[in-house]
Amino acid sequence: MGKKLVSLDHVVFNYEGSDSHAINDVSFDIYEGEWLAIVGHNGSGKSTLAKLLNGLHFASSGVITINGSELTQATVWEARRKIGMVFQNPDNQFVGTTVEDDVAFGLENNGIQQDIMAERVKRALMKVKMDAFLDQEPHHLSGGQKQRVAIAGVLALQPDIIILDEATSMLDPRGREEVLETVRELKEENVLTVVSITHDLEEAAKADRIIVMNKGQVHREGSPIEIFRLEDELIELGLDIPFSVKLSKALQKTGLDLKNDHLTEEELVKELCELHSKM
Amino acid sequence: MMDKMIFGRYVPADSAIHKMDPRAKLMLVFLFVCTIFLANNVVTYGLVAIFTIGLIILSKIPPRFLYNGLKPVFLLIVFTFLLHILFTKEGEVIFEFGILNIYEGGLKQGAFISLRFTFLILVTSLLTLTTTPISITDGMEELLNPFKKWKLPIHELALMMSISLRFIPTLMEETDKIMKAQAARGVDFTSGPLKDRVKSIVPLLVPLFVSSFKRAEELATAMESRGYRGGEGRTKYRQLSWNTRDNLLMAALVVLAVLLFLLRS
Repeated sequence: MGKKLVSLDHVVFNYEGSDSHAINDVSFDIYEGEWLAIVGHNGSGKSTLAKLLNGLHFASSGVITINGSELTQATVWEARRKIGMVFQNPDNQFVGTTVEDDVAFGLENNGIQQDIMAERVKRALMKVKMDAFLDQEPHHLSGGQKQRVAIAGVLALQPDIIILDEATSMLDPRGREEVLETVRELKEENVLTVVSITHDLEEAAKADRIIVMNKGQVHREGSPIEIFRLEDELIELGLDIPFSVKLSKALQKTGLDLKNDHLTEEELVKELCELHSKM
Repeated sequence: MMDKMIFGRYVPADSAIHKMDPRAKLMLVFLFVCTIFLANNVVTYGLVAIFTIGLIILSKIPPRFLYNGLKPVFLLIVFTFLLHILFTKEGEVIFEFGILNIYEGGLKQGAFISLRFTFLILVTSLLTLTTTPISITDGMEELLNPFKKWKLPIHELALMMSISLRFIPTLMEETDKIMKAQAARGVDFTSGPLKDRVKSIVPLLVPLFVSSFKRAEELATAMESRGYRGGEGRTKYRQLSWNTRDNLLMAALVVLAVLLFLLRS
């Protein structure tokens, strides 16, 4: 595992006027280059957690450290430059009137020179394969395309971490696949750390590590395979395990000799084929 | 349908007017509006006409778009013309019809005023036909920049305008969706007495407002997370460039103004 980028130390957070803790004594680390999925049912505190990381809320107690410096009102702008966020609704985070304007928005805010800006906008759009849409208006784009532009807007600032806060939950299956594919490619290409906050365990299955949140606390932490073994426990938390995992388990119960846990459909199909050829 | 309503105003073309700096265009239109009031006889109105037609030819905008711009004010033009004919009593009587007398002065004045109206509308619609709304916003921001000294929130106003422009299609789409959803629940938007139709707007507006506020909040969060903290220390991606072309057209307007001043009676 890479170097520690972010660490949360006994973080507590209450929304104003609420007695219960939205985040209750949460501690974990985020390492360089990993894909961390934070999953949980509605109201489990996972989105609040994302907002804490970005300095959109401040912890009531406990410390969040980003790249060695504590996240406070004074360091929040630096933290926001290092941690980019993609939100749920593709429309409500598109600020610019055209694709290029939107990607440039974050750069403008950080006072980047115009010539450098133009180059970075182009490069960021190329990375998400949206460079052909440079002067398009947002209402001509699909949800998946808008989210890719939002990712480009984050990339242009050259952050260390990108947080996807339910970024695929409002997309159709194709848009979702597009966005996840883009993120996967980016993660492979350079050292970008991905934190995806989701209730979709199919998406979480692609991560290196999963943190399960429940009632504002870290419920479990582990690799996707470890987490999906919890089956009934996850269902109790209002989460559902991916279809391929479910099918694999059901087949095992009928007495089929499957050896591995399967996170993806392809893996399962492959083993079934191998098994079939042996029969 | 949406495209036509919002962006139908802008007609993309490769012309000298399109390529002008939006600041130059805004100033040109503003000064033209002032200059036109100098015209008061046939010669000066002729010069204004030549200038306007010149601009139209330079812009390569098909006349039907300009005609569309004139259509809504056509009635107003006719009305002012008639008003002048009926009520301006100067010069000789050229037409007598019972109690109705039409004077030479009235006819002249009516024609001049309606021409002035027409030229004004033509030139201002040329501005919106050849400039994208966002360029107009950029130009305005730059032109109004000096007012920042007096603590006028110019940057904020420009940002508000550009965000409104960006959200018009989104909100139109939403309106359409809500309309369909309410129609499915039995709301009738198109028929019935006026009172009922106005009433049926309420179930359309309420959800639209609620969702707009939600959008605004989310947008603010997204902007903040992308490092927006006001106009201070902010650079601009869109750069405006003032060229010889802009100087030439401004010069042409100055020449027009001087000529009008000399030739007016």
